[in-house]
Amino acid sequence: MERQEAFEKVVKILTPHVKNMKALDSVSDTTNILDDLKVNSARLVDVVLAFEDEFDIEIPDEDVDLVNTVGDCVNLILEKSS
Amino acid sequence: MTQRVVVTGLGVIAPNGNGIADFEMAIRKGQSGLRANAAMAESGFGCRVAGVPQGVDEIAESMFDSDILLAMNSGHRLACIAAVDAWTDAGLERPAADSDEVDWDTGAILGTGVGGMDTIAQKVVPLINAGKVRRLGSTVVEQVMASGISARVSGLLALGNQVTTNSSACSTGSEAIAEGFERIRRGAAKRMICGGAEGESHYIWGGFDSMRVLCRGFNEEPEKASRPMSASAGGFIPAAGGGAVMLESLDSAIERGARIHAEVAGAGINCGGHRNGGSMTAPNPNSVQRCVRLALDSAGIAPAEVGAINGHLTATGADPKELFAWAKALERTPETLPPITSTKSMIGHALGAAGAIEAVATILMLKGGYIHPSINCEDVHAEIEPYAASIPHQLRELPDLRVAVKAGFGFGDVNACIVFKKWEG
Repeated sequence: MERQEAFEKVVKILTPHVKNMKALDSVSDTTNILDDLKVNSARLVDVVLAFEDEFDIEIPDEDVDLVNTVGDCVNLILEKSS
Repeated sequence: MTQRVVVTGLGVIAPNGNGIADFEMAIRKGQSGLRANAAMAESGFGCRVAGVPQGVDEIAESMFDSDILLAMNSGHRLACIAAVDAWTDAGLERPAADSDEVDWDTGAILGTGVGGMDTIAQKVVPLINAGKVRRLGSTVVEQVMASGISARVSGLLALGNQVTTNSSACSTGSEAIAEGFERIRRGAAKRMICGGAEGESHYIWGGFDSMRVLCRGFNEEPEKASRPMSASAGGFIPAAGGGAVMLESLDSAIERGARIHAEVAGAGINCGGHRNGGSMTAPNPNSVQRCVRLALDSAGIAPAEVGAINGHLTATGADPKELFAWAKALERTPETLPPITSTKSMIGHALGAAGAIEAVATILMLKGGYIHPSINCEDVHAEIEPYAASIPHQLRELPDLRVAVKAGFGFGDVNACIVFKKWEG
């Protein structure tokens, strides 16, 4: 899977949870999910479940704690998909 | 010093109308909102008719952000639509989601009879039984916690006074309004959004079908299936919906120039203690009468002043007993009982939302000077026949209507009654 394709899917999954929609206009690998997009931290559980469904992967709970940015999500997904 | 309490906002989403204008048009016409229900038929219910508000998802999507929608089950949607409608009807603006300002003077008591059974049935039980607890996600708790509906509304409207969910079976919606009334009357809040909601789910309704308290004889004629006070009544029709009223101290309403729909003159709440014929599923007739009198005493209104009744009247065997109780509580003969109607004849029984939706109907009738038709009782029940002249089969104009009473009676032998008074400035 191409990195760009994974990036676009990650943003699509995050979008319903985003409270700062303006930050989506300039979303990049360095965009912080909680601080920039203002996603409720409790909802990261649902985001990770959606990643698992979309990419047919399993993400251990301990890996979730390492995810801060959109780029972190993409890296994790590519790693688990490989 | 006690405060006078008025109604400054109304919100409703019901099987026969969404929003106050459509709902009032429907109740004036005697328009049923009951329809055949596919989920009930597929699951082998004896009753295959329900009252379900239409277009709820579209309305919710137009009112709420996507992240909130993801965490809302059916009851949440209905509660929030009704509560936000009551808020805007009261002339208040929805606060910005990114504002840190809290409205410390406004609270909410929004009840539900059964709660998030749809979430439990569709997510909690199947996922846990499959060993997939992890896949429940972050939103299940807030959808199954009983206080989820009021909590959701508090976040939408930045409410900072008491926010809670009451539950007293079919008297829930009426009880919520009675509780909010008392809170404002004693000066603990300026405004309270009060009412109730019950979600759309055949999982909620299944137990009632098994008890054989749902109507089974009119599956082919859904609009005729809810038949309070009729000889052919065979049980109630389950329904979903939401109703909310903005209760406000008169001082606050005057201070901000709010439009006043009606005054809440008094309210009463009690329980029959499962004695004198009362039980988990039947009312103690003495407690029903006592509850009505408590409400009238609270209002300082004499029984003779009551001009209209919106009864609990579900279309079960309890209807005749309810008529007797009303007559006794109001010290009337069968011939002099005020006009009495059942909103449930058009929308079915919305359980925890029933009292709230029906209170909205009562306020609209009081404001408009009429009593809406009680449909499907052309064949009045033999024991109710002496009261037949009090039953409006068509809309009855009541231009002199000054006091209308709404009561709800619930499983657990619990009762709540509210006395509304026409607002004449």
